[in-house]
Amino acid sequence: MDFDALISGLDRHTLDGITRGSIYALVALGYTMVYGVMKLINFAHSEVFMVGTWTVLGVYTVLGATSGMGVGAVIGATVLALLAAMLASAGTALAVERIAYRPLRKKGAPPLIFLITGIGCSLVLVETFGQVLKAFFGPPFGRVTVNVPSVIETKVVFTIPGLDLPVTNTRLLIIIGAIVMMVALDTFVNKSRLGRGVRAVAQDPDTASLMGVNQERVIMLVFVLGGAMAGVAALLFTVQYDITKFDIGFIIGIKAFTAAVLGGIGNLRGALVGGLLLGVVEVYASQIWDSSWTDVTAFIVLVLVLMFRPTGLLGESLGKARA
Amino acid sequence: MPEHKIEGAEVLKDTSDHDAIAHEASGAMGDVLLEVDHVTLRFGGVVALNDVNFEIRRGEILGLIGPNGAGKTTCFNAMTGVYTPTDGTIRFKGKEIAGTKPHRINHLGIARTFQNIRLFPEMSALENVMVGCDARHKTSVLGVLFRAYRVRPSEEELPANGIRRSFAKVFGISRHTLEERAGRRRSMELLRFVGIADRAHEVARNLPYGYQRRLEIARALATEPELICLDEPAAGFNPAEKEDLMGLIRRIRDLGHTVLVIEHDMKLVLGVTDRIVVLEFGQKIAEGTPEEVARNPKVIAAYLGEPDDAA
Repeated sequence: MDFDALISGLDRHTLDGITRGSIYALVALGYTMVYGVMKLINFAHSEVFMVGTWTVLGVYTVLGATSGMGVGAVIGATVLALLAAMLASAGTALAVERIAYRPLRKKGAPPLIFLITGIGCSLVLVETFGQVLKAFFGPPFGRVTVNVPSVIETKVVFTIPGLDLPVTNTRLLIIIGAIVMMVALDTFVNKSRLGRGVRAVAQDPDTASLMGVNQERVIMLVFVLGGAMAGVAALLFTVQYDITKFDIGFIIGIKAFTAAVLGGIGNLRGALVGGLLLGVVEVYASQIWDSSWTDVTAFIVLVLVLMFRPTGLLGESLGKARA
Repeated sequence: MPEHKIEGAEVLKDTSDHDAIAHEASGAMGDVLLEVDHVTLRFGGVVALNDVNFEIRRGEILGLIGPNGAGKTTCFNAMTGVYTPTDGTIRFKGKEIAGTKPHRINHLGIARTFQNIRLFPEMSALENVMVGCDARHKTSVLGVLFRAYRVRPSEEELPANGIRRSFAKVFGISRHTLEERAGRRRSMELLRFVGIADRAHEVARNLPYGYQRRLEIARALATEPELICLDEPAAGFNPAEKEDLMGLIRRIRDLGHTVLVIEHDMKLVLGVTDRIVVLEFGQKIAEGTPEEVARNPKVIAAYLGEPDDAA
């Protein structure tokens, strides 16, 4: 146990944790929104994120983007990658909804069937990138870790005075990007007409449809929004870690799901709180012991929180979110 | 339970502009609006509705009455798309609606309230009504996100601020924005109409019982229904409140809606309706004007043991 390492670099580790947590939080939104409306854990959501990271790689490859380009080219490539990742992830999420969940819903399948179907979709997507695409196109697809070009060169933008803590442009991008997306989503759900429909369905689906709310459309919207958020998370992830892999969604997905439960599943702000807390706890744990303890600690924290607050830290549901 | 006077009538005279909420009926008065055509509904061995047959004419207030368990609410549910009839059909404006999805039926022009109040508990009263209004908006999801559909604003719709005003003049205002504003105004107007505008911004779950009942009516009216179905709107009301409710029901009809009321309370039904259909054990046993029904020996027998004016 090395508390000295943690204490001496507390500011740096906290920043590290917040960066990591921002990505968890963005992915967690997808779990939490779908749960809020359908009371369903969409286990295919981790792969929605994975598809996003591959899309970023694809866009960079097509554009021939590498490190060391001019500022304009970097911004252009990043924005393009972001939009493509959001589109691809949202599309994947929507496809899972339409192809896998919708037919089940029409037949009135019990909740357990949805869970298994979600896991099935997840495996199909993983193996698509691990095996199927490899068979057709060869590398980079396959069961190995692939490097994503670090288009944005990591530079220190400013140093927080007093703490002597250098803040890099990539971290800044991740934290600000995540916060902007979350605020935008929160405003959308609380203030807009479509958001009102989402909340109405979350609170009472039957009454909502009798009042003219198209439930199917709300469900599609929720999947698309959650997918788009996962796409943003995918871009930010590649900016920070420069890699992708066919099963990269698995661990991130588990962590994001944990974050959603930690904050109170179904609650948008809970996803943010849970994500950041989880990120920080993990980084702290890796400093106190070593990195093999991060997962253990993360789940111990989850168990402890759920023992005292079984509905998570913020504990409300999407339906209860209001302006 | 605290007593809630319905101030709607007074408020309406002073502040409400009727045009904002008036409903334009698309057909002539007295036409058949809804036909329940020999509907049978079975749940396993239980026959909830047996060959029920009646019609609702445009512009009338029709009462659907019967003892507990007679099938009134089931009949409602079949009409609003919750259940699909086992046999027979339901036609609305000549179009078959049995088996249509609830939100589609709502769009066609049928709205309802619930016997056991079912508001969106965590939304404010105003938002509850706005959900109803939203059903009538035309802008699509993409149209909202990109504000694609723009309309030329009229003078009073222009923003006051200079730059935004010029922008709106050049590019127009997105239809979505205008619809949102209109929806908000209309919702407020409806809350005023049913007499609960003073607590528009309170969360529905915290409203007193009488307010919640009337909020349900406002929310149903917001979807601009041609036919509004009230499921026991007077349940739990005291005589004074029932009196006010009767006034409200008449005013709803005067706005241009056709009203179907399910009620237990004979006095209220006889007082407010134009025609009455009586169900017992899933079968229609009588139909006619309040006077005819009140004299009908079958109806009296069905209610035997209960005085006519008991709830």
